[in-house]
Amino acid sequence: MPTTSENWNPGKAVNRHPEATFEDKERLFLEVKNDPRYEDFLYGCYECGICVSACPSARFYDFSPRVIAQAMAREDVERIYDIITEDIWNCAQCFSCVRCPRQNNPGGLVTILREVSLKNGLQESKDALQGYSRVIYKVMLKGNQVSPDMLQPDFFPDWGPWVQNFSQNMHVWRKAIPMDSIRGLTDVAWRTDRKTLLELYTIWFESGNMDIIKELDESLYDLLTDVMNEELEEG
Amino acid sequence: MTELTTVEQILERKSHPVVRDASVAPTEDMHDRLLELEAKGEIVLQRIKGDYVEFPTKYGRMKKIPIEHTWHHKSCGHCGHIPGYASSILWLHRQFNLDYHDPTDQTSCTGWNYYASAASNAVGQAAVMSRNFAAAYETGYFPLIHCGTSFGHYKEIREQLVHHKDLRDDVRRILDKMGKPLVIPEEIVHYSEWVYAMRDRFAERQLVDMSAITATVHPACHYYKIVAEDAIYDPEIYGGQRTAVVTALLEKLGVNVADYSTWFDCCGFGFRHVLVQRDFTRSYAVLRKIETMINEANPDLTVTHDTGCVTTLDKSQFAAKAHDRKVGVPVLSDAQVAALAMGAHPFRVVQFHWHSTDWRPFLEKLNIPWQKYWDEFQGDLDQIRAGTKSGITWQDADTPIRLAG
Repeated sequence: MPTTSENWNPGKAVNRHPEATFEDKERLFLEVKNDPRYEDFLYGCYECGICVSACPSARFYDFSPRVIAQAMAREDVERIYDIITEDIWNCAQCFSCVRCPRQNNPGGLVTILREVSLKNGLQESKDALQGYSRVIYKVMLKGNQVSPDMLQPDFFPDWGPWVQNFSQNMHVWRKAIPMDSIRGLTDVAWRTDRKTLLELYTIWFESGNMDIIKELDESLYDLLTDVMNEELEEG
Repeated sequence: MTELTTVEQILERKSHPVVRDASVAPTEDMHDRLLELEAKGEIVLQRIKGDYVEFPTKYGRMKKIPIEHTWHHKSCGHCGHIPGYASSILWLHRQFNLDYHDPTDQTSCTGWNYYASAASNAVGQAAVMSRNFAAAYETGYFPLIHCGTSFGHYKEIREQLVHHKDLRDDVRRILDKMGKPLVIPEEIVHYSEWVYAMRDRFAERQLVDMSAITATVHPACHYYKIVAEDAIYDPEIYGGQRTAVVTALLEKLGVNVADYSTWFDCCGFGFRHVLVQRDFTRSYAVLRKIETMINEANPDLTVTHDTGCVTTLDKSQFAAKAHDRKVGVPVLSDAQVAALAMGAHPFRVVQFHWHSTDWRPFLEKLNIPWQKYWDEFQGDLDQIRAGTKSGITWQDADTPIRLAG
């Protein structure tokens, strides 16, 4: 996020992304503004900075929930485009910012901005989600966000020797859990009925979720639709 | 001329319990809106059957917490990476012979993915929640949500469903294809609220003295920041200025709860960050949480009530050793602490071996001979490896351990 004085003058954002036309930027903003949740998430901004003081991302990134609320309230199309291409993936989505005295929800605005970004296939969002696709595959197909077999030393070296120890013992440790719905499972978090998964696939197709995946990653889309359609056809 | 408020005046004011009056609450009462939708035939309102206890939420409204006949909406992170968290919750139910249902007709809320990638939309998320709630309704059991993010996410989706008819219509169209009604429970209940409701009964059955333990509490963001009014507050706990769950349990079990200045900060989980950009997660967890706790309270343990918080605070500590940061605080959930206090086996139930920050000094301070129980557990694993035992069952795990003396 721009923090130099030239870019912090409200309402006079420099065009930092000439590769996109103003009309395209405006269209993206209007898509955000027309989301039914928008009016519940933005009421104006005192510029008090309470959201920034609570924001974890503001401490470690050049990121400000206040600027997001401000840019939205001013309908500052150029700055909103900066935010959508540079900032939204830094948000931790903890919603500490909702202590806002105006009842703004900058974290919620970020959620809408992210959705619009994905729907429109913005490259910056595809880049931010590189390496995350396997998780989307897992949650959409298996109905679980994570599973034990994801805990591999190559992916979690920073978690120390515990990961190596776990990896070597995963199969036997998973059998040593008293819950029937978990015991022995390594590729999912818990046992899910086939009927339940078919209903989940129906939701993904019927809600328009698959269109978002298609914009994000076409090969992931092909993979998911192949598997889900085959399962749904079998019934 | 108005005089400036002094620090002493602020501290004096904050020393009094906050009085919450529901009649002047700044937000609408969701219960009223749900009843209106039920009366119009728009939703099926699932009511709590059997015993429940009522507690005040942030603005003084009362919230019903069911004691049994609960449908356990499991958490991806618990079941995938911290199984002792989930098994402790069920173990506590089993100790009191409370009826519960551990369903396989349940999916993730998919909220973790949504907050990480936004690769979904409002209709998809509301339909996932409604499908799970309809599945619970079909069984007659009342949903008890294990995950803090599921709890917060579902509270927010409930608001969206109540306020947006188009969303209700879209979700109903999808549910029709499954032959399910649009069900919303009369309360959305987090398991830590059930733990809070049960704390006196846990204390009555406490076998392990916890008075030597100093613990810090990390309140989970998605429990009390999303739809902030629907979280339990108690004038007896921090004067009603912070959520009471977790802290009230620890105090009831005799743990010395120590305060620290960054209690409001998140853990650093970040949803996407913890999976693919952990430099942020590690730095935040260690610099803003763990190191601050050590500097200000030097705890034996930190306790929280959500999936991501346990994982982040626990697993982030190892790498920080390379930078000579102050780390080494074991991390547990409130349910694991309660189960341990009541004599749950440290490995068959609490599953300490899934936690990476060294927990041995904590168990030693509790006078729990962990090596003995680890050896016992290794015996279980040997039998499983040899094929003479298929796995650990509740029969192996239900009986509390017996400590000498």
